[in-house]
Amino acid sequence: MDESLKSAVLTQQANESGPSLLLRGVRKTYGDVIAVDGLDLEVARGECFGLLGPNGAGKTTTIEICEGLTVPEAGSVELLGMNWHSSANELRQRIGIQLQETQFPDKLTVEETLCLFRSFYRHGLSVDESIKTAQLEEKRRSRVGGLSGGQKQRLAMACALVGNPELLFLDEPTTGLDPQARRHLWDLVDELKQAGRTIILTTHYMEEAERLCGRVAIMDHGKVIALGTPQQLIASVGAEHIVEIAVTGKDENAHGVLDSALLKAIPGIQSHRVDAGLHQFSVSELHTAVPRIFAALKEQGLHLSEFRTHSASLEDVFVGLTGRNLRDE
Amino acid sequence: MSKLVESSLFQLTAVRFRLLLREPEAIFWIFVFPILLAVGLGIAFRNRPADVLQVGATTTQLTQALASDKGLTAATMDETVGTHALATGNILLLAIQTSQGVAYKYDDTNPDARSARLLANRAIQIAAGRQEAVHAQDRLVHETGARYIDFVVPGLLGMNLMGSAMWGLGFSIVEARQKKLLKRMVASPMPRWQYLMSFLLSRLAMLVIEVVFFLGFAWLVFGVPFRGALWELGVLCVLTSLAFSALGLLVASRAKTMEAASGLMNLVMLPMWILSGVFFSASRFPAVVQPFVRALPLTAAIDAMRGNMLQGMSLAQLAVPLGILLAWFVVPFAVSLRIFRWK
Repeated sequence: MDESLKSAVLTQQANESGPSLLLRGVRKTYGDVIAVDGLDLEVARGECFGLLGPNGAGKTTTIEICEGLTVPEAGSVELLGMNWHSSANELRQRIGIQLQETQFPDKLTVEETLCLFRSFYRHGLSVDESIKTAQLEEKRRSRVGGLSGGQKQRLAMACALVGNPELLFLDEPTTGLDPQARRHLWDLVDELKQAGRTIILTTHYMEEAERLCGRVAIMDHGKVIALGTPQQLIASVGAEHIVEIAVTGKDENAHGVLDSALLKAIPGIQSHRVDAGLHQFSVSELHTAVPRIFAALKEQGLHLSEFRTHSASLEDVFVGLTGRNLRDE
Repeated sequence: MSKLVESSLFQLTAVRFRLLLREPEAIFWIFVFPILLAVGLGIAFRNRPADVLQVGATTTQLTQALASDKGLTAATMDETVGTHALATGNILLLAIQTSQGVAYKYDDTNPDARSARLLANRAIQIAAGRQEAVHAQDRLVHETGARYIDFVVPGLLGMNLMGSAMWGLGFSIVEARQKKLLKRMVASPMPRWQYLMSFLLSRLAMLVIEVVFFLGFAWLVFGVPFRGALWELGVLCVLTSLAFSALGLLVASRAKTMEAASGLMNLVMLPMWILSGVFFSASRFPAVVQPFVRALPLTAAIDAMRGNMLQGMSLAQLAVPLGILLAWFVVPFAVSLRIFRWK
């Protein structure tokens, strides 16, 4: 074995033990706006990691810094044990990228587009394999301009996969897709996870993060405000159910004034907040707490005009942390 | 697939070629438009056989004298009718019998009427018995190379090379940037120089088809002369195309939208359509602006092509325009590589 090959194998081994992605104190500003504010992240091999947050939270800037498309002002970025200063070409060979809103040329066919991208990589899947993985066999000879939104997104995935990457970045892969196309793409990501690839994806759909990601970082204003498995994060809300009620006074028109202290005293109710006249309680023992809520309202002489419950989700985690909804912006 | 076909430079160039050929408008502007223009101009400015001029006379005797000249057809009419015919352009000249001799009524600002005056007077004098003092004989020539079509074909060729190179490079690059495709390509391990090189390679391949097609047409249909070496004409076309590709690249190097790019493109090309002698000689512009006009790449390209095709000049004799073209290739190319915005 010659020396260079030996050292390549050694680095390979060293790389394999470390994390896929390591960010330390990463910072990026655009004028007065701080897009990413001292971010630390670590993603292990084989993980599917989600960056969840509203538009403008800094998800895309973060992922583009990881992809080497944006240079951070401060902090260090390490992928597969390498950094963008010294190993840019090597890194580009080993990562796969799907950007938000890339438009491939309309007048090329699916196959031609993939042949082009395949030609950039030393090793990788065959064009046939990538078409098969993205389930575009029937569209192989169709022009890109004639594909549906979901098919275009799957083509973008195929282009990201054609170099057989160890690390895959997906930036809002399902934004703008209809529910069916979205589920189709989720199945594709599931397959890639099972194949053992490390995947980092951004999304502003909480159900997408819950469905796909082993771990999630919730981002807001350029910072990670919560980090953990979806289950851990949801548990941090303090209760597994959310109850939402709206009330009116005795005569139907008067606005009801709810004494929230009385309700909060009910066992099982963890927290309370008001959003546009709607009272939200996080509740752990739904079956015992709800009758007591009804009783308390009756005591105060209030009418219930709305009543809903749902299981706590990542959305509620975000609301609990920021007081805003994910899709407010 | 062979190694060549799998190489990224081949794939990038093939993609450029496919995209161009699948754009019907591009095919029209590159292949059909210059030929339509050449045909139109060829018809409008064709050299007609010498016209027979219409004249009138007030007596049959005069009419007979006039009709004896091959260059004239004459009709007899009285003065009122003749004056009306003059005013409506049916005749160019009216010969009126007067007591002293003959009077010619015509418009001396009309060159054809002045010719008619000379022919009519000669015919009448000869009929009256004038003898030529010196024997004269006509030897007619119709030289190719001196016609308007011969002049305009190299001009159209230069204009076409400018348009296809600038639009071909500038528009495609800005489109790729606007559609975030450029960003996606840069995020892949594609060597960046190959991306730009693929544009030049596909341009040169298109150039061969484009030039052979257009000049072949001009040669077959109009018999336009090729007096210089054909390979030297080829060198001129390649250099012209490279110079305008570099300009197209420069225009595209920072523009973010197609609108901005079209604006810049027209700003660069419009002055050259007018100033660079496509349709008429650039030397008609005042001496003050001549240094500027001569320094334009299209002027240099067209001058060199006319020198080669019409005068059979060698590349050595065309050193000045060649140098100007080379500078227009090197400088914009170097600048655009420095300022090119990949994202």
